[in-house]
Amino acid sequence: MRPILMKGHERPLTFLKYNRDGDLLFSCAKDHNPTVWFADNGERLGTYRGHNGAVWCCDVSRDSGRLITGSADQTAKLWNVQTGQQLFTFNFDSPARSVDFSVGDKLAVITTDPFMELPSAIHVKRIANDPTEQTGDSVVLIKGPQGRINRAIWGPLNRTIISAGEDAVIRIWDSETGKLIKESDKESGHKKTVTSLAKSADGSHFLTGSLDKSARLWDTRTLTLIKTYVTERPVNAVAMSPLLDHVVLGGGQDASAVTTTDHRAGKFEAKFYDKILQEEIGGVKGHFGPINALAFNPDGKSFSSGGEDGYVRLHHFDPDYFNIKI
Amino acid sequence: MADVMVMKEIEDTALRLGLDLSTLDLDSIRLPPGENCGIVSDDDEVYQEDNLEFESGFGNIIVVDSLPVVPKEKFEKLEGVVRKIYSQIGVIKEDGLWMPVDPETDKTLGYCFIEYNTPQEAELAKEKTHGYKLDRAHIFCVSMFDDFDRFMKVPNEWALPETKPYAPGENLQHWLTDAKARDQFVIRAGSDTEVLWNDARHLKPDPVYKRAFWTESFVQWSPLGTYLATVHRQGAAVWGGSSSFNRLMRYAHPQVKLIDFSPGEKYLVTYSSNEPSNPRDANRVVINIFDVRTGKVMRDFKGSADDFAVGGAGGVTGVSWPVFKWSGGRDDKYFARMGKNVLSVYETETFSLVDKKSLKVENIMDFCWSPTDPIIALFVPEMGGGNQPARVSLIQVPSKEELRQKNLFSVSDCKIYWQSNGDYLAVNVERYTKTKKSTYTGFELFRIKERDIPIEVLELENKNDKIIAFAWEPKGHRFVVIHGDNPKPDVSIYSMRTGQNSRVSKLTTLKGKQANALFWSPAGRYIVLAGLKGFNGQLEFYNVDELETMATAEHFMATDIEWDPTGRYVATAVTSVHEMENGFNIWSFNGKHLYRILKDHFFQFLWRPRPPSFLSPEKEEEIAKNLKKYSKKYEAEDQDVSLLLSEQERDKRRMLKEDWDKWIHEWKRIHEEESLHRQKLRDGEASDEEEEYEAKDIEVEEVIDVSEEVLHLEYGQE
Repeated sequence: MRPILMKGHERPLTFLKYNRDGDLLFSCAKDHNPTVWFADNGERLGTYRGHNGAVWCCDVSRDSGRLITGSADQTAKLWNVQTGQQLFTFNFDSPARSVDFSVGDKLAVITTDPFMELPSAIHVKRIANDPTEQTGDSVVLIKGPQGRINRAIWGPLNRTIISAGEDAVIRIWDSETGKLIKESDKESGHKKTVTSLAKSADGSHFLTGSLDKSARLWDTRTLTLIKTYVTERPVNAVAMSPLLDHVVLGGGQDASAVTTTDHRAGKFEAKFYDKILQEEIGGVKGHFGPINALAFNPDGKSFSSGGEDGYVRLHHFDPDYFNIKI
Repeated sequence: MADVMVMKEIEDTALRLGLDLSTLDLDSIRLPPGENCGIVSDDDEVYQEDNLEFESGFGNIIVVDSLPVVPKEKFEKLEGVVRKIYSQIGVIKEDGLWMPVDPETDKTLGYCFIEYNTPQEAELAKEKTHGYKLDRAHIFCVSMFDDFDRFMKVPNEWALPETKPYAPGENLQHWLTDAKARDQFVIRAGSDTEVLWNDARHLKPDPVYKRAFWTESFVQWSPLGTYLATVHRQGAAVWGGSSSFNRLMRYAHPQVKLIDFSPGEKYLVTYSSNEPSNPRDANRVVINIFDVRTGKVMRDFKGSADDFAVGGAGGVTGVSWPVFKWSGGRDDKYFARMGKNVLSVYETETFSLVDKKSLKVENIMDFCWSPTDPIIALFVPEMGGGNQPARVSLIQVPSKEELRQKNLFSVSDCKIYWQSNGDYLAVNVERYTKTKKSTYTGFELFRIKERDIPIEVLELENKNDKIIAFAWEPKGHRFVVIHGDNPKPDVSIYSMRTGQNSRVSKLTTLKGKQANALFWSPAGRYIVLAGLKGFNGQLEFYNVDELETMATAEHFMATDIEWDPTGRYVATAVTSVHEMENGFNIWSFNGKHLYRILKDHFFQFLWRPRPPSFLSPEKEEEIAKNLKKYSKKYEAEDQDVSLLLSEQERDKRRMLKEDWDKWIHEWKRIHEEESLHRQKLRDGEASDEEEEYEAKDIEVEEVIDVSEEVLHLEYGQE
């Protein structure tokens, strides 16, 4: 089906997130306004105004009541999804890169970038039921490893936090003590910066995309490498279908290295792979810049991609897609 | 720093022992003779270091012997003379000239040492002045300092050279005996060099040998595929063998830049060019010709780069490689090189000039050997402002007899193309129009094998078309020309043999093709028209027998195209001139895409050549006639393989699926166990997967307003 082009951002997209019901799509971009759209027809519902810098990441609570956003203005903000009202602001001393609500939405993990001699850090904040009681205190603070952490998510039962970033190492931390439990080893791990990390619907495994032109699938508990998907361009964004055994990789030549000769040279396709066989199934073209963000609708029947070109493209799958045999 | 440390240690020790260092005379302490108490003398170390340097450091020093023995008064004069002679050749280092003096007689010893900046200069000086006659009594005897040790070791008595027992070599052509008749190729990507089988049946390459840092610049197959040559700082090496690749021979040639095999792979020509220390001088070129099997230098050529950069279209661009062109055929009998107004033809029996002199050809621009016969085609441009016409002539070697000559007028440039059997010669002539403002193109076609070598003239229909590419059909009688001025040029196919009259005629013209290069299959009949560079890698597979396109395809950004030696497969590659898309594709001859391999920093793709077939043309024809009979066996094999392959593939997939299912199952079990915990985390809200939400239609009625109004009913309307 023809994709729906959603032009609401003026700067490159950074992140996309569906709510659990799959009727809303949240988009973050380097302009300062996270935006919410109807996931079905791409109509814009509204924006969340208040950030003063690029917004890197967002997460929405299970009941679609709260939105948390992390921004380069050194804050993470809690919002009322319905009204767009700012509920609370977490202040940091460096840009907030990644945010993620825990199971039960009582905790949130926020990562901050290394900045002005500060190392990167992983903060765990308690999210109060009543926004008036919300405080900015950290429950756990993990002083990070070398380099930026690009993504941190909760492991099973909120017992662990999985982080990955510039140093190409994937780490599992104890979410209560902040101790390092596991590290991906050099052999099986990525060779370059990990740019993205996506959990499967049931949380059993997660997928990492890296600038080393590959994506890898890991066991959430044991951090064992399960699959590797090799592609021909740096991977900026990854997503997994909740319905079929498919993974999608998005990326492309670095924006600064994009030549003006031919759009094909840049490889700005979203590439579909069979999750189990690790074979390429097909690609979805359209963006004229690298793909920075990918998200699957929780029903698995549509997905959206956000590009450096500032567009969100919402794709509803054709019936053929569900009968692909390889 | 070290001294300070040592002093401190000594002081500490002294303090411990209760000694006053200031009262001690350190020099009075003597070790017992022949005893070093386990302390290695510093001098020894220095000595050892010196020894190491000895191996490498004196390469730029020469020893000049047979100088006059002069008393002290004449010392300076002699030194001046020597310095004058030797500073002409290169830059002598400061204090680089040393003439020892006998302390007893105060006379010189009749020799001196000269140190240059580079070993190359030293070598040049040795070469140029060895045998230099200062006067009748004093003929210089110059040698390299490094050689002295070697000369000293020469035993005075002649000893019988040891005869080594014969060691049977490996079968160097083992790869030709592959049961599946596959071909090999070599690829270079990153630091790795790899030789692989092209296993088209399995749609993947099959590794043969891989080695990191195998070569320092490039690799090259010998023309018959026996050897793989690698290039290193110290020289070149060839590799081969039956099971893997072993080093067969090394060819020492420091700083070697380029190599070239003779067509019968008997000889290897290596080339190096060194920057002179004086920037105004031309580069110094050294060319060695080695015997491939023995590794012996058969002949070397040394000189400045200017001597080797003659003729050719530019002339100023430098040395055009190969400098030496070999005569055709497998016997490697002659090789030739252009000089200023001369053509030097050498023979390999003696490695000297044929008839001991070069062939005088005024203003020779270009020459080319016939691929099969000892015939040279050469081109001489117009001279004397057009009074003397340009000329293409065919010269037989070794008789140096002119077989045929053709004078051409108002020529701007000429290119010579031989057909691979040496049957035909095409000369692409570019002529000025009368106004001399533009050029137009024509072809002179020579039929070498016919009596008196008849020449035909062929002009394109549109004479102003530029020739973009030209190629003869290998072993055939057809040729293809890409011509045109616009971005989409035309492709014309001609035949030298049509109907009864054996005249050249056009078979067809394909209009407006996105092509700028063409590649004939080595077996003829098929061509690949390719749009490289500007055309983003458009490919068209064309059957010349049927005059029809078999397939069109694209290998985006392709830079290189090469047919395998049998004409069954085509490789297209994107090399590291592009940053993205590096790797290669393999296609069948009819344009079916077989497989694709991506490699970053991809430098080279080379098919391993095959020696020519031993079958006679009659035999080949017979096989072609009965192809059906033979092909049955192979088709059956192909089918077996594909069946096996799909079965293997199925098995592999099933395995993967099973593994995955097992893993998922295990995970689900643990997940179940934890479901209670999760529920607790969610304040008792039912956990995720159990809670499949249902869409219910809920009707909500909302009363917005209630108002009463008396309606005036009108009866009887219906």
